[in-house]
Amino acid sequence: MHHKTIAELASDLASKKISSVELTQHFLTRIKQHDKTLNSFITLTEEEALRNAKAADELLAAGKGGPLTGIPIAQKDIFCTDGIKTTCGSKMLDNFTAPYDATSVKKLKEAGTVLLGKTNMDEFAMGSSNETSFYGDVRNPWNHDHVPGGSSGGSAAAVAAGLACAATGTDTGGSIRQPASLCGITGIKPTYGRISRYGMIAYASSLDQGGPMTKSAEDAAIMLNAMSGFDENDSTSADEAVPDFTKTLNDPIKGLRIGLPKEYFSEGLNSDVAKVIEAAIKEYEKMGAVFSEISLPHSELSVPAYYVIAPAECSSNLARYDGVRFGYRCKDSKDLHDLYTRSRSEGFGSEIKRRIMVGTYVLSAGYYDAYYIKAQKIRNLIRQDFIEAYKNVDMILCPTAPTTAFKFGEKMSDPVSMYLSDIYTIAVNLAGLPGISIPAGFVNKLPVGLQLIGNLFGEAKLLNAAHWYQKATDWHKQIPEGY
Amino acid sequence: MSLTPEDVKKIAHLARLNLTEQDISVYTPQLTHILQFIEQMNSVNTDNIEPIAHSLDISQRLRPDLVTEQNCRDKFQDLAPQVEAGLYLVPKVIEEA
Repeated sequence: MHHKTIAELASDLASKKISSVELTQHFLTRIKQHDKTLNSFITLTEEEALRNAKAADELLAAGKGGPLTGIPIAQKDIFCTDGIKTTCGSKMLDNFTAPYDATSVKKLKEAGTVLLGKTNMDEFAMGSSNETSFYGDVRNPWNHDHVPGGSSGGSAAAVAAGLACAATGTDTGGSIRQPASLCGITGIKPTYGRISRYGMIAYASSLDQGGPMTKSAEDAAIMLNAMSGFDENDSTSADEAVPDFTKTLNDPIKGLRIGLPKEYFSEGLNSDVAKVIEAAIKEYEKMGAVFSEISLPHSELSVPAYYVIAPAECSSNLARYDGVRFGYRCKDSKDLHDLYTRSRSEGFGSEIKRRIMVGTYVLSAGYYDAYYIKAQKIRNLIRQDFIEAYKNVDMILCPTAPTTAFKFGEKMSDPVSMYLSDIYTIAVNLAGLPGISIPAGFVNKLPVGLQLIGNLFGEAKLLNAAHWYQKATDWHKQIPEGY
Repeated sequence: MSLTPEDVKKIAHLARLNLTEQDISVYTPQLTHILQFIEQMNSVNTDNIEPIAHSLDISQRLRPDLVTEQNCRDKFQDLAPQVEAGLYLVPKVIEEA
C-alpha cells in the first residue's frame, strides 16, 4: 500500500477500498518503525495528520474529493506551517513555531492532503548530502552508509522508503533533483516563479524554487497542479497561466528533439553513470525522440558563478537572524554587538557561516565588481547558452549528478568537492529553467537519476517526456530492500 | 586571492559572527580555496556583457498604495525571546550620562 502512487491511492480512496484515516495510520506506523534508522523527519504531526484525514474522509464520503484528497504527504521543514515547529534544519530556528502557512502549504492543504510531518534537510538548504542538518544525518534507504543527497534529503528518503506518498522540496542549485537522483525518486524543479516562495524560508531568493518529490512523473504532475500559480505575496511570482499538467502526460513524443550537451558528458562523469544515461537515450530513441549534440559553452563556470551569487544572497537573507525578534538568542549578552555575534555564531552551523562569509566578502567594498558583478555577467552568458540551445531542441537530457550517492563524511572536509556534486543541476537555477530528475537505473545497487531540462514554463512537456519513459521502464517502481 | 587570518577576522566582523582562533585557522584555508575556485570566472572575458540579477525578464510589480497588512504584533511577539509592553528588548545601547 505504501508504495502505491498518488494516482493509485486516489482511486482506492474514491472506491472506499481504504479510508484516509487508515492510510494515514499506516504511514504513521511506518514512520515510527523506520525513521529511527532513516531520520528523515524532524517533526511528526500525528494529531494534525489524523485531523486532516478525518476531514478528507468526510469530503470523500460526500463525493467531493479531488485527486489529492486524503493523500498523506510530508513538507520539507523549510516551509512555514502555521502553529507547527519550522526549523529549516537549524539550531537557529529550533524554537520557532511558524505564525502562518506558506502559500504552497496552504494550497496543498486546500487540495485535501494530509500532513504527516516536516522532513529533515541540510541547514537552511545549504548542502548536498543532508550532513549539515542540526538534527543529524538522513540515511539513504538504498544503503544506510550512503548520503541521501541534499538539501531535500529527508523528503527524498521518506518518499523512497514509503514513509510518505509524496513530499515537497526546494531547489536553489539542485536540492530537489540531486537527492531525487540519489534516492531513486522523481523530483521536479519548476521554472523560477511557478510556485510561490511566500513562507518558504529564504536562502538565495533569485534561485530558490519549491517543487514536488514523488514516486512518478504522473504524481509530480498532480502535486504541481496543486502547488503552482500566481501569488501576490511573492514579488517574483510568475503571472503565467497554469495548465493541467496531468492532461498532456500521454501526448505523443515522436519527433521530440532532445539535445545532449557535450560539456555534461565529459570528464568528471562516472563511467558507470554514463552507461545508464546512454541506455536511457536508446530507450527514448525507440520512442521516436531525435537526439543531437549541443553545446552549453559556459557550463564549467556555473558552479563558480553560483558560489558567488548564492552566498551573496544568503549573507543578506540570513542577516535577519539577530537574536532579537525570533529564533535563537544567546545567554547573558554583554551588549548589542555581543548579542548579535554570539546569537549568530552559536545558532548557525559551520557551512552556513562559511557561505555567509563568502557572501559578505564578495559584496564588500572593493570586491563587489570583481566577484558579484562578474558572476552576474557569467549568469547572463549561461542563460544565453540555453536560449541558443533551445533554438534547435525542445529539451535537454543529461545526468542529474556525476555519481551515485556517496558515503557519509566523504566530501565534508572539502567544501569545493561537495559543491561540485551539483555540477549538472546548478546552471538550470541560474537560468531559471525547469528540470526534472527521474530514476534511470542502478550502479552497485544505488540509483542513478536522469535529468531533463525544459524551456521556461515548459514543465508540461518535461512531465510528458518523463511519463513516457516511466511507461516504458520500471526503474521508478524499484523499492529499497527492507522497505 | 589568498586570505590571511586577519582578512577572515574582518569578514567575520562584517557578518556579525564571533569566531574563535581555532575557527579562524579552519576557515582561512577553506575560504581561500573557495575564492580560488570562484576565480575560474576570470577565464572568460565579460567586458560587454550585461550583468543580470534575475533569470526572468520581469519588472517589479506595483500595487495600489493602500494598507493591506493586518496588525499581527502580538502573534509575532509571541515568538520573540524577550518583549515588554509591545517592545522587543535588547541590551542597553545608550549609556546613562
